[in-house]
Amino acid sequence: MLIKDGTIALDSLPSVTAYASAAGKMESEGPLGKCFDFTTQDNTLGEVSWEKSESKLQQIAFTTALSKGGFSQKDIDVMFAGDLLNQCVSSSSGAKDTNIPFVGLFGACSTMAESLALAGIFVDSKAANNAAAVTSSHFCSAERQFRFPVNYGGQRTPTAQWTATAAGCAIVSSHCKPPYIRSVTIGKINDMGVTDANNMGAAMAEAAYDTISRHLANTAQQVSDFDLILTGDLGQVGSDMLKELFKRDGVDISAVHNDCGLMLYDREKQDVHAGGSGCGCSASVLCGCILKQIEQRTLKNVLFAATGALMSPTINQQGESIPGISHAVQLSAQ
Amino acid sequence: MKMTNAEYDKLTKKASPNTKLYLTLPKAFVIGGLICCLGQALFNLYSYWGLNEMNARSVTSITLIFFSAFLTGFGLYDKIAKHGGAGTLVPITGFANSVVAPALEFKTEGFVLGTAAKMFIIAGPVIVYGIAASVIYGIILYLFQLM
Repeated sequence: MLIKDGTIALDSLPSVTAYASAAGKMESEGPLGKCFDFTTQDNTLGEVSWEKSESKLQQIAFTTALSKGGFSQKDIDVMFAGDLLNQCVSSSSGAKDTNIPFVGLFGACSTMAESLALAGIFVDSKAANNAAAVTSSHFCSAERQFRFPVNYGGQRTPTAQWTATAAGCAIVSSHCKPPYIRSVTIGKINDMGVTDANNMGAAMAEAAYDTISRHLANTAQQVSDFDLILTGDLGQVGSDMLKELFKRDGVDISAVHNDCGLMLYDREKQDVHAGGSGCGCSASVLCGCILKQIEQRTLKNVLFAATGALMSPTINQQGESIPGISHAVQLSAQ
Repeated sequence: MKMTNAEYDKLTKKASPNTKLYLTLPKAFVIGGLICCLGQALFNLYSYWGLNEMNARSVTSITLIFFSAFLTGFGLYDKIAKHGGAGTLVPITGFANSVVAPALEFKTEGFVLGTAAKMFIIAGPVIVYGIAASVIYGIILYLFQLM
């Protein structure tokens, strides 16, 4: 049911019945390394191209989620999938052998929240019994498309973020067990004129602020009602900016806020500069760590607001700014 | 509270850390300097082996390019460059790395449309403007000699 201004209450409280995560070498060496269902020390995954490696990572996340939930592919009525690459090619290649109705999504790093929100809405409205939300990113496939060849000796700025080699999949079914999807807020495009492609956190912070504050206002909740407000991958720069934006409204979110980009890596030891990014970052943190904690009721009420910098190298080189977006999904144990 | 783009830009600048120049500059100086010392050592060695100055210079450049390409192929050059910065970018080794890295990266798209077509995506502008500048300087020099 639409509440207002992009916030939708899912009255039937659909469940996330199964979830799985897959991660690459560096992610497996990070603080959440032990949380993932699948990790690899070989980021090629035995494939001949980085695009295929990413597809395989997404397939692994999807098939692991199916088997953890005791589902077969026939049980899935629709799949929402996305990644960072042109034409969402990792998702479409990954799904080509599945024979499942497929919706490809692009929301940059916000795709996990976008796909989970849509899967929830489909199940809530009875358009699907079981819907899958799956996203991935791969450091090497993203670098070669958006930046430089992997072996090029360039220096990254302190504000740059590291694209995660990771994937996550969540399967949403009708109400049965926690985590439940209570409500979602669909993001709006926020463009504050940031043109620096090496400062995605800054490009996305306003979008996160807009979506989170709309969600709180539209559902008449306070920051203190949540155990965790989890932003997608703002990194250190974006997280600091988000806190500052809320502070201007007299709201302090620092007690409950965390960011997937800051959780995935150890920024002291791992060379990720401002933090992690990429669709796989929030997907693997959510599906590897957060959903489990909600299921076990260690977390009771979580606002998952993944953020995306909708950066096109073409228009960025033409001097245009980077639009940001953030979608929010409220997950609860009750 | 809605912000203007100018206010947001101020907030961005405040939140974004700057490059630590006190670290990056000395590292670039030392690593770049070491590459130059290696070049000089090679030049002395080739001269000692009996090459004349012009040939010794050419063979020194070729050797440095070989080292750079070799290290790039093994994924080591970018690890040095992470610390070296402009110290690894400016010498001829940086130029070699910028050609070899895309050549290797894009070989999955084939030898023609991948390796060959993408080989100069980084070095291309250097070649274009390098040649253009040398032509302009050549013309200026020619005009001066006419006077």
